[in-house]
Amino acid sequence: MNIHEYQAKSILREAGVPVPAGDVAFTVEEAVGCAMRIMSETGTDTIAVKAQIHAGGRGKGGGVKIAKSIEEVAVFAEQILGMNLITHQTGPKGKLVRKLLVEQGIYQKGVSEVKEFYMSILLNRASGTNMIMYSPQGGMDIEAVAANTPELIFKEEIDPLGIQSFQARRIAFNLGLSGKAFSQMVKFVIALYGAYLKADASLFEINPVVKNSSDDIFAADAKVNVDDNALFRHSIIEAMRDRDEEDPAELEASDNNLNFVKLDGNVGCMVNGAGLAMATMDIIKLSGGDPANFLDVGGGANAKTVAAGFRIILKDPNVKAILVNIFGGIVRCDRVAQGIVDAYKEVGNISVPVIVRLQGTNANEGKELIDGSGLKVSTATTLQEAAHLVKSVV
Amino acid sequence: MSVLVNRNSRILVQGFTGSEGTFHATQMIEYGTNVVGGVTPGKGGQQHIGLPVFDTVKDGVLATAADVSVIFVPPSFAADAIMEAAEAGIKVIVCISEGIPTADMVKVRHYLKSYPNSRLVGPNCPGVISPGEAKVGIMPGFIHQKGCVGVVSRSGTLTYEAVDQLTKSGLGQSTCIGIGGDPIIGTTTLDAVRMLMDDVETKGIILIGEIGGGMEAEAAYWIKEHGTKPVVGFIAGQTAPKGRRMGHAGAIIGGADDTAAAKMRIMRECGIHVVESPASIGSTMKKLLE
Repeated sequence: MNIHEYQAKSILREAGVPVPAGDVAFTVEEAVGCAMRIMSETGTDTIAVKAQIHAGGRGKGGGVKIAKSIEEVAVFAEQILGMNLITHQTGPKGKLVRKLLVEQGIYQKGVSEVKEFYMSILLNRASGTNMIMYSPQGGMDIEAVAANTPELIFKEEIDPLGIQSFQARRIAFNLGLSGKAFSQMVKFVIALYGAYLKADASLFEINPVVKNSSDDIFAADAKVNVDDNALFRHSIIEAMRDRDEEDPAELEASDNNLNFVKLDGNVGCMVNGAGLAMATMDIIKLSGGDPANFLDVGGGANAKTVAAGFRIILKDPNVKAILVNIFGGIVRCDRVAQGIVDAYKEVGNISVPVIVRLQGTNANEGKELIDGSGLKVSTATTLQEAAHLVKSVV
Repeated sequence: MSVLVNRNSRILVQGFTGSEGTFHATQMIEYGTNVVGGVTPGKGGQQHIGLPVFDTVKDGVLATAADVSVIFVPPSFAADAIMEAAEAGIKVIVCISEGIPTADMVKVRHYLKSYPNSRLVGPNCPGVISPGEAKVGIMPGFIHQKGCVGVVSRSGTLTYEAVDQLTKSGLGQSTCIGIGGDPIIGTTTLDAVRMLMDDVETKGIILIGEIGGGMEAEAAYWIKEHGTKPVVGFIAGQTAPKGRRMGHAGAIIGGADDTAAAKMRIMRECGIHVVESPASIGSTMKKLLE
């Protein structure tokens, strides 16, 4: 699950990771109020006004501004709230900004030079352990750093027993720190790893980690993904889900317990099983079409789930045909076929051609049921036949 | 022969009295699998579908000499069930449960290092079947046929698809291993491929992978050096977008190396017969073995 930066920072703060003072604001007035409070509490003379959307690249898109006065906070908040923010991660349509993070500025010049680092925590699938990835080159696109100067990317594998102090020290040394900044970074790394475990996160990306002019360390930005499978033990984090940030079709699918990913092709598909669903998308492509979605109806394909699947797929005006691909194992094909017939009646005028491929348990009974229903549905039993039928309609 | 499970395997079902455990244990027994009992904490001493129930895996092992377990417990308790099975001396632990938190699996993987004689298959997998001998999992038994092709796959229904093609082509299967769709799993693609290469009954191997992770590439490089049998490969997700999870927790493209295209290229370079369409898995293997 994705969460906003202000929510991510609340998780970090709770776990003792230093983050700039800040609060979420939904209106210009709230933003000004937050800014005044932060200025008086921290003595900062700058305030960061940051658009809160589920996408990176907000700064380049004009969604992050540094205000030098309360008046500027109001101006920037007015500009950013309600704007349609387009970044390399939002796609060309962009995303509506509904809220802001108003935050203490931490880039003031002083005795010591301000520095930006990169730090992320993620699973190393090959070793089955978490690792901390970090770089002295912070504040920029880490993929570019990895491509141009791979020697500036460091990795620290963390044993399941926990992070050790020597590892945190090694990280601080590799980042070129000494004195107070060094000891602050050691504390920062240990607290950050603790926060990662505590939240059952699947990704922490702090870019940048900032060392300010007083040699204090802060998480200046925070991207946090949480393991969906662990949400059952994190009710506070589960409540952070922002339905406004999700694609409406994907939202409806998740409300119906369907596993759905929206794509931009012209042939919709509905399949039981994730692997077969991906393979079905590939078959659509090989047959000259482009998959409009990934949709796994799971093991319990019935009239209700199939009807929901049809409705969700048909919301997309680009869809020119739908391929239903079911391999019946424990699920009986005749039951699924009945589900398709019922769903057809429930959804009403399905105007695009539907191809149903049934294989496995009671496949013939299922095929007969559909063929005898009078519906304009073509049926297939082998994958190859289904592929040919797709080819004939695209 | 066959690998992992056979007619002599003695199987315990963890989560025996739950609805999933009851249904699939019954199906396994009907297939002819040697299920010797089950475990449900608090129900020890009872009988369920004609077999003894034990409070702990250890009790079950002592009473029945079970050497294989299959896990149907809910995901929040599944990591514990895996570790309990290893501690009790189970040799092959097949975990069907889907949705185990990754942090729990980090722990499990670490724990299992102390039990080198226990092999975990899964989680989030359909299980293992050696047709005609033992079905340890949730796959439909009737589509299988005893034969000479080993199948390794991260998926459920896509495996059934390949199995169905192999059965209809007359080749059949020696053992089908569903290794699971999670980011951390017990038996890797390479582990499964090695077992099948060493199995005298297996004449060819079907390797079904998907986007995400580096397991297929790892297996491919090994096959290039040590492979002795034809391998047909398919990677699901050629049309999957980057950064989106495609159903399986582990099916997500992270970088340039774990796309379907990259995996297919590496597999081809290593001498694996990679098919673009899952419809030609069976026919390709048939040609190779003729």
